[in-house]
Amino acid sequence: MSADGQPEKAKTTYREAMREALREALSADDRVFLMGEDVGRYGGCFGVSLGLLEEFGPERVRDTPLSESAFVGAGIGAALAGMRPIVEIMTVNFSLLALDQIVNNAATLLHMSGGQLPVPLVIRMTTGAGRQLAAQHSHSLEGWYAHIPGIRVLAPATIEDARHMLAPALAEPDPVLIFEHGSLYNAAGELSPPATAVDIDHATIRRPGTDISLITYGGSLPKALAAADELSTEGINAEVVDLRTLRPLDDEAITATVARTHRAVIVDEAWRTGSLAAEISARIAEESFYELDAPVERVCSAEVPIPYARRLEEAALPQTADIVAAAHRAVG
Amino acid sequence: MSLARNTRSRKAPGTPKPAKTAAKKTPTSKKSPTSKRTGRTEVPAAGPDAVHRMDLLAAMLRIRRFEERCVELYSAAKIRGFVHLYIGEEAVAVGVNEALYPEDAVVSTYREHGHALARGIPAEAVMAEMFGRTTGCSGGRGGSMHLFDASRRFYGGNAIVAGGLPLAAGLALADRMRDQPRVTCCFFGDGAFAEGEFHETANLAVLWNLPLLLVCENNLYAMGTALERHEAQTDLAMRAASYGMVAWAVDGMDVEAVEHAARRATEAIRGGAGPHFLEARTYRFRAHSMYDPDRYRDKEEIERWKTRDPVNQLMDRMREDDELGDEELTGIEHRVTDEVDRAVETAEQAPEEPVEDLLLHVTSAPAEAR
Ligand SMILES: Cc1ncc(C[n+]2csc(CCOP(=O)(O)OP(=O)(O)O)c2C)c(N)n1
Repeated sequence: MSADGQPEKAKTTYREAMREALREALSADDRVFLMGEDVGRYGGCFGVSLGLLEEFGPERVRDTPLSESAFVGAGIGAALAGMRPIVEIMTVNFSLLALDQIVNNAATLLHMSGGQLPVPLVIRMTTGAGRQLAAQHSHSLEGWYAHIPGIRVLAPATIEDARHMLAPALAEPDPVLIFEHGSLYNAAGELSPPATAVDIDHATIRRPGTDISLITYGGSLPKALAAADELSTEGINAEVVDLRTLRPLDDEAITATVARTHRAVIVDEAWRTGSLAAEISARIAEESFYELDAPVERVCSAEVPIPYARRLEEAALPQTADIVAAAHRAVG
Repeated sequence: MSLARNTRSRKAPGTPKPAKTAAKKTPTSKKSPTSKRTGRTEVPAAGPDAVHRMDLLAAMLRIRRFEERCVELYSAAKIRGFVHLYIGEEAVAVGVNEALYPEDAVVSTYREHGHALARGIPAEAVMAEMFGRTTGCSGGRGGSMHLFDASRRFYGGNAIVAGGLPLAAGLALADRMRDQPRVTCCFFGDGAFAEGEFHETANLAVLWNLPLLLVCENNLYAMGTALERHEAQTDLAMRAASYGMVAWAVDGMDVEAVEHAARRATEAIRGGAGPHFLEARTYRFRAHSMYDPDRYRDKEEIERWKTRDPVNQLMDRMREDDELGDEELTGIEHRVTDEVDRAVETAEQAPEEPVEDLLLHVTSAPAEAR
């Protein structure tokens, strides 16, 4: 307890929160195991699983060869046989080598089998740019997965979500993909006990507002919040909606926020063409057209493979200033 | 340990005929005098070996007649989609399945009617699936290429070439992690050898010592591409052995040879020896699918292979050994034809899923509804 009688808030990082979630999952259920490239001895290529090998042993913190398709498929098979695997893919870019297993097996087996074969599998991977890793390590393809019926797609954007999304994901009977934005791992903050389960069915409002809705998720949330701060200094009261779950999308939350503010900016680090931002725009046009006082604005990545050079990379990605500018256009 | 070896056809000149000794040497622990397939309870004078052969014959004929009916139904437009027939390859499914227990798992491809029937999925459920009916083994959502039966641990029905291999490794991994003495058997074609998923899975399986039986049905063609035009190295057992697993090639037209080899493999796997590879050298008598005009093979080649028809070969052998009379054969034929007739009849009458149920089984029902 702290001096004011409130429960102590623990200082932690997104990375440590994720690790704590894994530790909790591995401790709570012996059907759970973690599998992926370098998750064991190396400690995870982003350090997320550091120390777990020592704690749980090489059977349950299982290093795999560089075989994305085989170990993701093995995760599916193990899930079918009653285990609760957590498969880590280093980044979404490499998940393309396992696309067949994810799309043609994990997402379809329940349906093709007439409901006989649910696949209770969690796949974690990093996504996103911002660390000068150039094109093959920087793309945001979670929207592609959100296109696929049969899987649930999550994007924890906060330390709390990093800590508490894994448990409900593991409780799902169906495949769940968790996208961790690479720039969030070092985010530090306070995590308030007691542990609360995170709702993986609904979007959440990270900052209530009345004048405009900034709709976003994952690595773009901090930028949207910073934009909202900046807008508030001008007297524009922005609501920031964190989608949290990219599939299924929380239509009600989107409709409700637009009904409150009548203006929307969608911030999505993926490319604009065929993006999740495009989908959300379409849904607003379908459901909330008469609520709108201005055209929907989108802030997405430039249509270019993400470049290495710092200045170019920054220019390619949605930035706080871009969000503020979009909000200005909408507010007019 | 690695062993690449070819078990030549026992009909090959100069090869001794070890059929009966092979069958005797392998304990048939799960066998009882009551045949699970023919339902026969009488023990014929010829003894348990003959009963067993009769079972094998009935099982192969059941697949053969089932698929012949599929051809008719397809021509009559009663069943649609891609339909890949197994005719000519029956000895592989039947022989391998003899070595498997109910608690083992089977992963298959789009050419899986034979695997499904040999696994014990009722012909009615398979046929109803072809008709797209609710009573089908996949509720009408899978069709010919996606047969599933969770209760029999039959995990498809995968139409992505090599796509079932990683899945099979995972089923085997789960058993290994929980010390379950079960085998996962994965069927795939020679075409799968060119896919990375085969090699990734072989590597993983040996690294992790998985209880996995890889059965490659080498029918010499991947659609219209002959083996030597799609594989740089056509000795498949040797390639599998290069991963450090025990690998054999066996005459896939000889059901007893397949059974014998599969038993050796599954017994070793159950004993903890890790993954085994079995190449069954076989041939499909019909085209790749119902759409295929089969222009890439000589008629002469097909006819040559038909002289080694697995059903006829076993019948000949049984007649030679006085184990099969005309009356018994007629009896088996009647039973399987009746079964197929009944399957078609019930499938035709089975209800279709209402369109309102279209979106069922995309994700699981919410917890409160489960
Ligand atoms: C990944 C993939 N590529 C292509 C196809 C199209 N296709 C279906 S069957 C087939 C040939 C496969 O041959 P093989 O593995 O030898 O099996 P067989 O049909 O002879 O039993 C091809 C190319 C497919 N289904 N999946």
